[in-house]
Amino acid sequence: MNMILAIFKRELRNYFATPVAYVFIVVFLVLTGVFTFYLGGFYERGQADLQPFFNYHPWLYLFLIPAISMRLWAEERKAGTIELLMTLPITTSQAVIAKFLAAWAFTSIALAFTFPIWITVNYLGDPDNLIILTSYFGSLLMAGAFLAVGSCISATTRNQVIAFIIAVVICFGFILSGFPMVLDFFKSWAPQIIVNAVSSLSFLTHFTAIERGVIDLRDLIYFASFIGCWLFANVIVVDMKKAD
Amino acid sequence: MINIEKLTKDFGPFRAVDDISFEVKKGEVLGFLGPNGAGKSTTMKMITGFITPTKGDAKICGESILDAPISVKQKIGYLPEGAPAYPDMTPFEFLHFIAEIRGFTGEDANVKVNNAIKKVNLESVIHKPIDNLSKGFKRRVGLAQAILHDPEILIMDEPTDGLDPNQKHEVRELIKQMAKEKAIVVSTHILEEVHAVCSRAIIIAQGKILFDGTPDELSARSSFHNAVNLLLETKDDALAIEAKLNTLSHASSVEHAAAGDNLIRFFVKPKKGVSILNDVNELAASNHWTVKELHVMEGQLDEVFRDITTSSSDAKGVQLT
Repeated sequence: MNMILAIFKRELRNYFATPVAYVFIVVFLVLTGVFTFYLGGFYERGQADLQPFFNYHPWLYLFLIPAISMRLWAEERKAGTIELLMTLPITTSQAVIAKFLAAWAFTSIALAFTFPIWITVNYLGDPDNLIILTSYFGSLLMAGAFLAVGSCISATTRNQVIAFIIAVVICFGFILSGFPMVLDFFKSWAPQIIVNAVSSLSFLTHFTAIERGVIDLRDLIYFASFIGCWLFANVIVVDMKKAD
Repeated sequence: MINIEKLTKDFGPFRAVDDISFEVKKGEVLGFLGPNGAGKSTTMKMITGFITPTKGDAKICGESILDAPISVKQKIGYLPEGAPAYPDMTPFEFLHFIAEIRGFTGEDANVKVNNAIKKVNLESVIHKPIDNLSKGFKRRVGLAQAILHDPEILIMDEPTDGLDPNQKHEVRELIKQMAKEKAIVVSTHILEEVHAVCSRAIIIAQGKILFDGTPDELSARSSFHNAVNLLLETKDDALAIEAKLNTLSHASSVEHAAAGDNLIRFFVKPKKGVSILNDVNELAASNHWTVKELHVMEGQLDEVFRDITTSSSDAKGVQLT
């Protein structure tokens, strides 16, 4: 546990050691603002909720989360520090979990800085704050899912740019699989069970469910097992590729 | 304390380490020699648990790296090749991170970090980012990291590579200081290092152990071992003198090389196991040669090294064709 904490602290501090973290948080906040107010029509809707804010999170995460996760392992492999890390008395799983948690903590810090929008909507009207809370929770879960993919992909290469691009492509697949266009394509020929399977793989399906304010066990299990599977794959990839 | 049992590592069809077995006891400093790509680093990576051997096992204080990796890693201090460290951290932060991960907390951690910093003379740079440090300091950060928890086993991959002569000297002194209570493995391709720090040397090439013995035994393999180096000031013909030296009953061969104005250097190699210094001395006296220098050579390690490592690659070359 101490080892996980030690790596976690180092990783988290590493984000803030360079201006990148601050730039990232600013970009994230500006983009959430743009999406909420312009594309989402926050004022025009005349409703006291944060749906236009949360609706764009999957698309924001698609590009921003791989940018957070790309360095997790690729940087260690490039700098050779992975040899140092993996010869310290820790298991690969501990290292994977610690790094993932650090990236997740960083994401939650960025997400927490969106609080002015919550204040705004409370100032303007009388929203259901419980729904907003569950939406934040769902958004964080989804960010974890993106990060788990990104972390695993980061371990496959020394090149952060490649890690970024591949992670974006894979995450895009997991968003798209819930899209009506994609589902319609499957509906035309595949049996319903396959359509359901494809749809249930999507971040969107589960995120919109939580966003409505309903925390269904199935959605929790989806995100938990999704993160678990990708981190498990991450451990295997690190063990396989660390010495390359 | 270190028991290597039939360690083998394949990378695809390429066998990097081929059935290596050896043992290192407490108080020993083992020099791991070999040309680049011989399998030195791969062997060290297997001992420290970074890569898994294809076959065989490494036992550290009786525990197998395969069965009890965590407990073995706790006992080992490892300096990987190139001394990697997190460039954005300062040595102070970095060493505290290592201390924490090694399970030291609070005052205990401070003591360990301060001791390590003192031992490798890092005081002047502890608050500068590692990225900005010179190669010598980076190497010392790596060393500090390896010795921080005062490990029983110390494994260092080319600890003096790229250092200036003063820094090399410091690192060697440090290794010698620690040698008594630890089992140390040092890989190097600098041959003087073997005599300077090691109590034993192993030469490997193409993944196989070709020599295992003390540094003295290694230099004894040299044809120049116990040879007499004689510098004469003379106007005589070198070949004539060489012929005279050759008449000595214990001489096996004589070589000469011009060494400046009227100076000729002779190497008189003795037959195996005999000393030839007296004979040469008497011969010089009876011939009234002007002797400028006369001493017995220890043997040239690079010659031995070349001899041992290339003869094996020749053998391989024959097999391939």
